[in-house]
Amino acid sequence: MEVVVMRAGLWFAALVFAVAACALSVDRGFAVHMVICATAAAIGLIVTLRGGDFDAASRSVLRSPDPGKYDDEVIRWATIATVFWGMAGFLAGLYIALEMAFPALNFGIEYIGFGRLRPLHTSAVIFAFGGNALIATSFYVVQRTCRARLAFPGLARFVFWGYQLFIVLAATGYLMGITQGKEYAEPEWYVDLWLTVVWVSYLAVFVFTILRRSEPHIYVANWFYLSFILTVAMLHLVNNAAIPVSWFGSRSISVAGGVQGALIEWWYGHNAVGFFLTAGFLGMMYYFVPKQANRPIYSYRLSIIHFWALIFLYIWAGPHHLHYTALPDWAQTLGMVFSVMLWMPSWGGMINGLMTLNGAWDKLRTDPILRMFVMSLAFYGMSTFEGPMMSIKSVNSLSHYTDWTIGHVHSGALGWNGMVTFGALYYLVPRLWARTRMYSVRMINWHFWLATLGIVFYAASMWVAGLTEGLMWRETGPDGYLVNSFAETVAAVHPMYVLRAFGGLLYLTGAAIMTWNIARTILGHAQRDEAPFGDIVFDPARDVPLTPAAAG
Amino acid sequence: MVNDQPHADPDGEASHGPRVDAATGTHTVGHEWDGIEELDTPLPRWWVTIFYLCILFAIGYVIAYPALPGLHSATPGLLGWTSRGALAAEQKSADAGHAAVRAAIAATPIEDLAKNPVLQRAAIEGGRAAFKVNCVQCHGAGAAGSKGYPNLNDDDWLWGGDIAAIYQTLQHGIRYPGDDQTRTSQMPAFGRDGILTQAKVQDVVSYVRVISKQDPASAASQRGSAIFAQNCAVCHGANGEGGRSVGAPRLNDAIWLYGGDRASITNTVTNAHAGVMPAWGQRLDPVTVKMLAAYVHSLGGGEATPATPPVAAK
Repeated sequence: MEVVVMRAGLWFAALVFAVAACALSVDRGFAVHMVICATAAAIGLIVTLRGGDFDAASRSVLRSPDPGKYDDEVIRWATIATVFWGMAGFLAGLYIALEMAFPALNFGIEYIGFGRLRPLHTSAVIFAFGGNALIATSFYVVQRTCRARLAFPGLARFVFWGYQLFIVLAATGYLMGITQGKEYAEPEWYVDLWLTVVWVSYLAVFVFTILRRSEPHIYVANWFYLSFILTVAMLHLVNNAAIPVSWFGSRSISVAGGVQGALIEWWYGHNAVGFFLTAGFLGMMYYFVPKQANRPIYSYRLSIIHFWALIFLYIWAGPHHLHYTALPDWAQTLGMVFSVMLWMPSWGGMINGLMTLNGAWDKLRTDPILRMFVMSLAFYGMSTFEGPMMSIKSVNSLSHYTDWTIGHVHSGALGWNGMVTFGALYYLVPRLWARTRMYSVRMINWHFWLATLGIVFYAASMWVAGLTEGLMWRETGPDGYLVNSFAETVAAVHPMYVLRAFGGLLYLTGAAIMTWNIARTILGHAQRDEAPFGDIVFDPARDVPLTPAAAG
Repeated sequence: MVNDQPHADPDGEASHGPRVDAATGTHTVGHEWDGIEELDTPLPRWWVTIFYLCILFAIGYVIAYPALPGLHSATPGLLGWTSRGALAAEQKSADAGHAAVRAAIAATPIEDLAKNPVLQRAAIEGGRAAFKVNCVQCHGAGAAGSKGYPNLNDDDWLWGGDIAAIYQTLQHGIRYPGDDQTRTSQMPAFGRDGILTQAKVQDVVSYVRVISKQDPASAASQRGSAIFAQNCAVCHGANGEGGRSVGAPRLNDAIWLYGGDRASITNTVTNAHAGVMPAWGQRLDPVTVKMLAAYVHSLGGGEATPATPPVAAK
């Protein structure tokens, strides 16, 4: 009882604080955000006061197995959140792709202009979709590979809900034009502070679960997850160091300005890719690929070497985002050479993933989930070759500021992060909701092909667009003058923008099929009546040439 | 759904030591987590080789280029390369390629450019490049203009279409604050300022629609004719042929800067327009302005230089 009263008191204090901050706010965006915070605190208060009934209620909705097993409830929430935010992020992506091709779709409405929807898209797919996927899988994997239940179950729930509040504050802020103007770190100072609290809680839950393990060694997936959580905390704190203009306003001034600010931003930005989208998702890969293939990891030694090489080298590669800028030459050099050295450490993860299928390649014929993992690793390998190549200064002078960069990012994001997440979701959902398999296996295959085709359209059109832009921008005529105006290069890549949007539509369609499939599985619908997937029966009677063999 | 119990040992084989994996013939390391084992495969030789080659490349590149920071400066690199130096060299080489042409253009009066076809062509090419950087934002990549921004491809000139007039317009701009010689004029806002009643505005609009051959004559246009003669002809000419000395557009053709439909003309007569163009002489070097004039003059509507200089209409 005392605990309930204390918790209720904390929620009430938060509620009062948020209402007061709203009343004192100096701008409208901050006021709206404080209303959202007050609502969140009020929900927390009500849930606390009505007691543990909500746990039981959510368990009945989410069909939790008995509590003697692993603590999977928060993983179920995060799985659903991953699907939800994924659809939101993909939809926003498709819309801004269409805005690029047809600017009339801005409709002159400030809230849906490209400048505001673009950070909404990037944050939704990276931090909301990817972040929830990482929370779900890391909590799942760390429990199973440590043979231990989550440490601090209450804190784990706070991590999930706190992270959702961060997402809502970030997304609504973008739409209202609240941004600190740092790519992939747009949320303002108070949202950053909140995320810090959530992230440190995440670290605590994860580390203490590892400390509680009943296995002698820490599995490689957990090294990657831990490096991801730890490094993102460091990156977040340094890059978001800022001084608020007012304690009750949504604006702040960054501590570092000019070229130092740019370098810190891209140190952060590149390592968001390196540790959020690479290390974290490699943790995912290292659990789900061997489980789905039912094969041992290809090489323990490779996993050690490529882990430490990746961690050590990635953190220095950021300056390659600032080639040919005011950044000093020496920093550009180091950014480039560390990126080049990063090629093989990155590929170590691809080799370890793909070669784990040694002895199980035939399963690709019958298992579309495994196909997703293999395609994901293939795109991982491709983009981690493309990245070091684009960091070479002479290549970068052609590719920088063009749509090639967008294509590169998306072959990594749609191909590697998206596909490995889809595969993990298809692995997780039947296990989390105690189903024998997904509602439909054939739908997984449809999803696989739609996503793959979508990525091909996306990446290929952006390669063509990027090379077109790069070559047109530098094209000079016989008199030595530049030939093209900027508007002419925009007109030239318009067909590619349309094709890119089409690729995005395919990808979104695949994700919509997944959403349907997962919803039917969670809700416990009877499995779809369909022919078994990939079950090709050998028929000797058909194994003959069509024409009779020549005499002799 | 196996191995879903903490502290469980589901298949009894989980805690075995190293074993030989049948499919690959490789030993496992002997660890096991939730059924996942690891093979003791050595590092792929090609992987290690390429990794070392990348590191060697990095060391070589660091020696050759500016790389290692010290307290006050970084190691310069054996090649002595700097990005500023590379840019300066590129600019120098580009400038050197144009030096002779630019000197010749600078020495040639703008009216005489056409007498030297080689130089004229070089000027047009330079102007084409400068146009794509400075002018396309308003006049369009093809110089076709848009509402309020004149089309430069036709022969309908507001302030004159011979090369000297174009140069004057470019150099000093139109209604541009801060340039004493800028082109200046101001059409009165006949409706807004109450110079003409609404009815009279409509009459004069009817007349303009007639002289631009869009409407047949009517009673309104008859009345408008007299109003036009009193109020408009002094700038736009008795027959609406326009007046270049004050930048008054020609009204008896099908080319319209702000639209030729009744509503647009009514708006123009009521509120007037006064477009502004920057004085490019303040922003660009004199040779580039000359090259721009040559380019705009070459677009299709350029007029020959008059035998005698045009009379200043002051």
